Amino acid sequence: MLQVSNLSKVFGGLRAVDDASLQVEQGRIVALIGPNGAGKTTLFACIAGFLVGSGGRVHFMGTDITGWPVHRISRAGMVRTFQITQPFAKLTVHENIAVGAYQKFHDRHPAWEHARAVARQVGMEALLAQPAVGLTVAGRKRLELARALATGPKLLLLDEVMAGLNPTEILEIIGIIRTIRDSGVTVLLIEHVMHAVMSLSDHIYVLSYGKIIAQGSPQEVVANPAVIEAYLGRGTAAPPASGTVENAHA
Amino acid sequence: MDPNIIAAAAINGLLLGGIYTLVASGLTLIYGVLHIINFAHGSMLMLAMFGVFYLLTLLGIDPYLSIFIMVPAMFVLGYLLYKGLIGRLSSGKDENILLVTLGLSILIENLALMFFKGDSRTILVSYSDTMVEVGPAFVPLPKLISFGVAMALCAALGLFIQRTDTGRAIRAVAKERVGAQLVGIDVDRIFAISYGIGLATLGAAASLMMPIFYVSPTVGHVFVLVAFTVVVLGGMGSFLGAVVGGLIIGLTESFGGLFLGESMGQIGISLIFILILLFRPSGLFGTKT
Amino acid sequence: MTSVSELKPIPWKLHLLVLAVAIAFPFVFPSNFMVNFGVMALFYAFIGQSWNISGGFAGQLSFGHVAFFGVGAYASTIVQLRLGVSPWLGLPIAGLAGAAVGGAIAVLSFRAGLKGSYFALITLAFAEVLRIVSNSIGITGGGLGLLIPMKIGAQNLQFAERSGFYFLILALAAGSVALAEWMRRSRFGAQLAAIRENEDSAKALGINVFAEKVKVMLISGAIGGLGGCFFAQYFLYIDPLIAFGTDKSIEMLLVSMIGGAGTVYGPLVGAVLLALVSDVTRTLTQIQGLSLVLYGALLVVIIAFLPNGLIELFSRKRGRKPGSKT
Repeated sequence: MLQVSNLSKVFGGLRAVDDASLQVEQGRIVALIGPNGAGKTTLFACIAGFLVGSGGRVHFMGTDITGWPVHRISRAGMVRTFQITQPFAKLTVHENIAVGAYQKFHDRHPAWEHARAVARQVGMEALLAQPAVGLTVAGRKRLELARALATGPKLLLLDEVMAGLNPTEILEIIGIIRTIRDSGVTVLLIEHVMHAVMSLSDHIYVLSYGKIIAQGSPQEVVANPAVIEAYLGRGTAAPPASGTVENAHA
Repeated sequence: MDPNIIAAAAINGLLLGGIYTLVASGLTLIYGVLHIINFAHGSMLMLAMFGVFYLLTLLGIDPYLSIFIMVPAMFVLGYLLYKGLIGRLSSGKDENILLVTLGLSILIENLALMFFKGDSRTILVSYSDTMVEVGPAFVPLPKLISFGVAMALCAALGLFIQRTDTGRAIRAVAKERVGAQLVGIDVDRIFAISYGIGLATLGAAASLMMPIFYVSPTVGHVFVLVAFTVVVLGGMGSFLGAVVGGLIIGLTESFGGLFLGESMGQIGISLIFILILLFRPSGLFGTKT
Repeated sequence: MTSVSELKPIPWKLHLLVLAVAIAFPFVFPSNFMVNFGVMALFYAFIGQSWNISGGFAGQLSFGHVAFFGVGAYASTIVQLRLGVSPWLGLPIAGLAGAAVGGAIAVLSFRAGLKGSYFALITLAFAEVLRIVSNSIGITGGGLGLLIPMKIGAQNLQFAERSGFYFLILALAAGSVALAEWMRRSRFGAQLAAIRENEDSAKALGINVFAEKVKVMLISGAIGGLGGCFFAQYFLYIDPLIAFGTDKSIEMLLVSMIGGAGTVYGPLVGAVLLALVSDVTRTLTQIQGLSLVLYGALLVVIIAFLPNGLIELFSRKRGRKPGSKT
């Protein structure tokens, strides 16, 4: 569904994203992880059209969408959320979600009803009448998700949707994301909450200093010494598999 | 066209531009430090010019000497205005502050209309008609004096910002507000001082403009656009930009009048403003955001 | 600026009530003075709505809205004087002219990515350019302006009875209120609100921000242009200062901001107040400029304490809580 080929993004002297390639198959949940500052959000921004890449291409559902304006990518079915939530502050929750719904429905009544349904799906139905500006962090994250969901996307790009949530809220969101995937939406998410990543993802990509340093199933990635070193520093990776240890003792 | 006429227009333009520089430096300082677009700049200048006018007509004080009264008076006014009004409202979208300063300018302009009535006023001093030969041009003495003083004041302001502790603090706040707070700078006081300095430059500019221009309650409109054009051309927040921009705009006005006539000639400034905003909003020396 | 309208539904009955009061007004107060008051109030409500649609609903602050007004005024007057076109035809021509200028300014400014204060300032510059040009060229009569010869008769859009003008501007103002109400409840309005609140999020949700902003400026320009034609016919005279001077820009902005930007009736509330304060200060005192002093002060106070405008007082008084079902 999504094919990112050799994407790079250069800011002055900094290679924020360096020759990154990744693939997301339809119906999967794929995670993009990596230490802070690795370039994950920049990569998202390039994929979704907020930034113009300095090289490489992005293909969505077979079409080359590199360089497309944001709204066009969104209408094609790829919708992103923001790490730092950007609600429509003075509008109510219902109105916020309705803006997303209006992408799918052009008339007021169906759009508002759809917004209500999406709110129910993410557990926000009680908050519909509340101005977005009064929401808690968790509420805002959920609103970001609901808004994007209301557009009827084919691929959701979730940027740290769990940041700032307490364990209960995280469990809820995990459930919601699974339900979203089960309803036919593909998900690519950036996340730091490891247990959520492990339990949700079908496939993981690891980004460090702008480069993809590893990919694979959650089990494979977690055991990968390069990944451990990226997070914890050089030399912290566990020694390699048993054979070599015995050799070392020999 | 006679090269002498062109040269004369150039000289007149530069002389006027020097004063625009002074006006713009206050505006760019306010923007650079407070990130406020001070829409009230024009009407404040108008107010100061009335001040100079009445200092002369009621107390007989020479406009150039009135600088010593106007500058501190306008500084205090700016300081108090910041503390009392603008400081409280500067949180939130920058458009709100723009609207507040717009409201302020409407208020001031119409207060002036109420008290001073709508007619234009000019002043006459003993040396108003003295002409000085500058190259191919004959220039009224006041224009020359005004230019000289304006440039001197700009240099003084520049030195103040570069060399003094307060100036350093101002630069720190302009560059990095939070960082400045962290090293113990009283940011709110710097804001108030900067706004005060911004208005103080208007006090000086008023003293320099009255001998060569006129004042009326609506003259603020003219100055607002000129000041903004200079600042945008030079680059928001750039002092050097204000200097270069001021001179360029002075020349534009002069040549515009020369080649396009009195009416159309004013169009140069507005066109420059539009073109800069459309094609190079950071101006000549401003930072690209 | 916020959109209180989103939070407060407007029942049909209120619309009818306001309309009924407006229709009855010239019959209850038939004196020339009062009818003129009504005309000016509705006129400012109308051109205020022009500002409100782009500034209040879509969040694009403009300081040069007079440009549309002036272009409309000159367009309809020039075709009337030079081509003998009926001023009734001048109305749509003025609307088109205003829309064209609105679209042009929008395309140029938004293509260049101008927003917020920079957009406000560039609109000011555009209006100023138009003022200078109209002051300098022959077709607009230069600095002397244009005089429309008095030819009383409804067919010349010069009504014998002042109430004729009243009902014309009432029709226009009512239309603008209907338009605002439609926008508020439509997909278009929701998208504009999204753009106003957060452009990036709006884009991410599939909204073509540039196109919608241009559309709203086309509409806003058209309304401004219509207002210009009306004004020219009512006063039979325009000149560069009237047509493109900053006064109207400020008034269009003031009535909307003070009444309530982004609300359907905000401009009307603001306009009635402006006309009231204007007439009262003019009759009680001879002081020029007093009304605008009050207005400038009111603007500052409103931004500081009542950013939703005066209309918020009405919705508070009626006891509606924000977020009632629409």
